[in-house]
Amino acid sequence: MNVLAVDVEKKLGGFELSARFEAAGGVTALFGPSGSGKTTIVSMIAGLLKPDRGSIALNGTKLFDAAEGINLPPHQRHIGYVFQEGRLFPHLNVQQNIDYGRRMSGHPRDPKEFARVVAMLDVGHLLDRRPRLLSGGERQRVAIGRALLMRPRLLLLDEPLASLDAGHKREILPYLIRLRDEARVPMVYVSHTAAEVRRIATQVVCIEAGRVIAADGVELIKNADFDALE
Amino acid sequence: MFHLSPDEWTAVELSLRVSIVATAFALPFGIAIGWLLARKDFWGKTLLDGIIYLPLVLPPVVTGYLLLISFGRRGPIGAFLDDYFGLVFSFRWTGAALACGVMGFPLMVRPIRLALEAIDRRLEDAAATLGANRLRVFLTVTLPLALPGIIAGAVMAFARALGEFGATITFVSNIPGETQTISAAIYTLLQIPGGEALAIRLVLIAIALSLAALIVSEWFARRAGMRFQGE
Repeated sequence: MNVLAVDVEKKLGGFELSARFEAAGGVTALFGPSGSGKTTIVSMIAGLLKPDRGSIALNGTKLFDAAEGINLPPHQRHIGYVFQEGRLFPHLNVQQNIDYGRRMSGHPRDPKEFARVVAMLDVGHLLDRRPRLLSGGERQRVAIGRALLMRPRLLLLDEPLASLDAGHKREILPYLIRLRDEARVPMVYVSHTAAEVRRIATQVVCIEAGRVIAADGVELIKNADFDALE
Repeated sequence: MFHLSPDEWTAVELSLRVSIVATAFALPFGIAIGWLLARKDFWGKTLLDGIIYLPLVLPPVVTGYLLLISFGRRGPIGAFLDDYFGLVFSFRWTGAALACGVMGFPLMVRPIRLALEAIDRRLEDAAATLGANRLRVFLTVTLPLALPGIIAGAVMAFARALGEFGATITFVSNIPGETQTISAAIYTLLQIPGGEALAIRLVLIAIALSLAALIVSEWFARRAGMRFQGE
């Protein structure tokens, strides 16, 4: 059964997006060049941007349906979103940041789960710090932890490595792979880097100029041509 | 020198009470209006903006007079509040607080509005995806991030209220024990031959209070700012 079904249209200035794809569990990569509309698509899945037409369903529940007038606000969608730039709350320390999603989603405190996520992402030594004092890689790990503790039904990762230098990219990637293998949350992973997608994704949706041009397993981008995108 | 007479104490106590009440009551409105101006586009926004800043540019006597004809016992708003809530402003200390609140309002709204405009709204989006509804986003992200501006606005309004004279004396007159604040008391003393010697103590108190307000606000602002810089 498909976890996520997306069929959306959106006009943004001169840019027209019309995308339709389905995603099973595991990690679905939205792969394509910058400006192809990948972030627009995940914003619509999260509920931060309203499509002009179409529908979005998660586990058979409609999150958005233009025809039926359904549009769940972001806080009712239970979808974790890890942004390109982390977006940690500057007025909260790391522990409070990680705990924020759990608190707002109304889940009871669960020290075991907290400890597990903190250990998996290796942020235990940072808990008292403010986001400003973290490195880019540390910030992204905290952002991932924050999204995980809200117990999302789906996790959106929008180029989580894009703002990092090569060294930090290598530092984060193993955590993401661990996340895929341990957390058992379906993920949508946005990237324009073929090497990254090959390592983490279980299926690939290729996006170009606002359209889905192909969707299949990772073998879709085994072809070395895709490396040219980088 | 600092053994104040009961009358002087009354003036000091009244000034503080008027200023604190004025600031406390104005603050929720200041945050609401600051938020409206920072975040919303609506018909008449420029007009609202203008009306709020009016007390800053109008002669205080005019503001006081306008308060008198609208909030006085026979004014439309004053009569309504008296009839339905038993709330009387004219010639009462509550009227002094109202005048001070109105006079300080533009100084309060401005830093709050600027602070709200400076907030990265993508943080609010992030909070929404984490399960926070709009009210909780406001309470847990927007408000704390705007706190330095809110404190600055409150202190500005408080300081303005401490020093207010023109609008207050026009609206609620200069009644010892009821509406005679430090400023009004100094003014009264200076009208009496040989009153300067008595006035000087109140002048020193006014200076001390204003300085204290500034120091306290500096301290708060620095603390609030520090939260974003890290420990």
